Amino acid sequence: MELSAFELVAALFILVLAAFVGYEVVSKVPTMLHTPLMSGANAVHGVIVVGAMFVAASAEGPLRIILALVAVILGTINVVGGFVVTDRMLDMFRRRPQGGPEGKG
Amino acid sequence: MPEVSGLDIASYVVYLVGAVSFILGLKFLASPTTARRGNQLAAAGMALVVLWVFVTDFLLAGGGLGQAWILAVGIPIGTVAGVVGARRVPMTAMPQMVAIFNGAGGGAAALVAVAEFLRDAPATTSEPILGTINQGALLPLPFIIATLLGAVIGSVSLTGSIVAFGKLQGFIAGRPVKYPGSQVVTAVLFLALIGLGVYLAAVANSVPLFLLFCAIALVLGVQLVMPIGGADMPVVVSLLNSYTGIAVAATGIVLNNYALLIAGTLVGASGGILTQLMCRAMNRSLFNVLFAGFGTGGGTMVAGAAGEQTVREISADDAAVLMAYGRKVIIVPGYGMAVAQAQQPVRELMDLLLEKGVDVQFAIHPVAGRMPGHMNVLLAEANVPYDRLQEMDEINDDFANASVALVIGANDVTNPAARTDTGSPIYGMPILNVDAAENVIVLKRSMAAGFAGIDNPLYGDPKTAMLFGDAKKSVEDLVAGVKSA
Repeated sequence: MELSAFELVAALFILVLAAFVGYEVVSKVPTMLHTPLMSGANAVHGVIVVGAMFVAASAEGPLRIILALVAVILGTINVVGGFVVTDRMLDMFRRRPQGGPEGKG
Repeated sequence: MPEVSGLDIASYVVYLVGAVSFILGLKFLASPTTARRGNQLAAAGMALVVLWVFVTDFLLAGGGLGQAWILAVGIPIGTVAGVVGARRVPMTAMPQMVAIFNGAGGGAAALVAVAEFLRDAPATTSEPILGTINQGALLPLPFIIATLLGAVIGSVSLTGSIVAFGKLQGFIAGRPVKYPGSQVVTAVLFLALIGLGVYLAAVANSVPLFLLFCAIALVLGVQLVMPIGGADMPVVVSLLNSYTGIAVAATGIVLNNYALLIAGTLVGASGGILTQLMCRAMNRSLFNVLFAGFGTGGGTMVAGAAGEQTVREISADDAAVLMAYGRKVIIVPGYGMAVAQAQQPVRELMDLLLEKGVDVQFAIHPVAGRMPGHMNVLLAEANVPYDRLQEMDEINDDFANASVALVIGANDVTNPAARTDTGSPIYGMPILNVDAAENVIVLKRSMAAGFAGIDNPLYGDPKTAMLFGDAKKSVEDLVAGVKSA
């Protein structure tokens, strides 16, 4: 709301540069990692919980308090669930046997 | 420029550290050896940012402390729901889980936009449409545009993800659901959003119309995803993931917060690329995925053309002998393996065949299962070493040298119609050349068509033999067969 012209231009710069970074970081990913990567990115946009916290910090009146509460709950589900589920997926890659399949009968 | 306090500067530094952790996290996630560390790094950065905001905006800001109970209630509820969901869900249901978490994020972004609009909209709304005279000053254009974008994209992502979840989970028909004039409805919804958006931004910051705007966006999310077939849900989930990123970036502008702006944009961009990669893997354009209504006419088309093909059945023992005395077996896993949780017996089968000196490879189609990499995750869970997993391009020429191609619950990705039948909806999609193998054994529950609703001429091929039944049971029978062979 108190966005000055300078802040707006700065935001625009950040937006464009971050978009290029996002593009570069993800190009050339092995298919195998598509699902974990999607899930990890999903967790990263869980940062919306911070936005929900800002709303909560200034929430007045029952309507905005309820909105803030639901937003905090949803944002937390996104961020916590996202990171945990990604970790679980990646945990399975880690447990591959080292010495080949003959190790176990 | 407003005066910047030391605390503000510290906040910017924390956001910068968070942003770097997200970027490095995503980068590490793109390589198998560092993926897990990447996820943990991003999570650590996230924890830092959340903690910082809690300290600065609640503990240090006196006014915020009175609202801290919102966090005290909300965060534990969200944490328990997230952890339980993420831990309890079987590996087969991962895609649904990602869809739900994504929908939660989209919903949160939309709510943040709504709450900000409610706070800043002029208290006495003046409405040309509703009769009163416009007197209050409008909100600044960049602010209102970002708010509208956050609200509309977040809302679409919320309901779209719920529909995607429903389709993957089987609550909603997986087939494309279309009704006469559905495209017209979509177009009308779009136009209504644009019209309302322009009105809200340029004429009056009306609260009721803003809520109507959000409601239309919620309907649009359902309307956009319903006509898309279940087989395309991975692409849809990835796209909605990208949408949520954009919605979060928009709320970053609304709240003038760089952590939200950077993280949201990163995900918006990387999610977009990932979606593109998935479409390319199916040789289809995103437009085709979103609007073609994949397999729409499926039911009628199948009944007419190839509905009555004759298939050859094989017993588990015969199939086991074919494999045990072959040179090379290529296993083609699909969603059927995931549903039946057959990955453990499949690993056992691999071990037994390797002991008998048979070369065993896995052929992974980029869109096998319900998500790219779905099969890799499941097989990794069963301790299949991932140097045995070959991507389509690496292994497609090897099928000609294989004694047996064992297809476990995969259908559309093996359908030769994609190569030859220009009338087929999947025409042009690269497929695994299983029909080049000496023998093809297909494990399948029944003769029902695949997820895309298309008949598969592979099953009528003379060298194809069908082994009907639950994939897990069938593979266990094969294991027993190979043991005694």
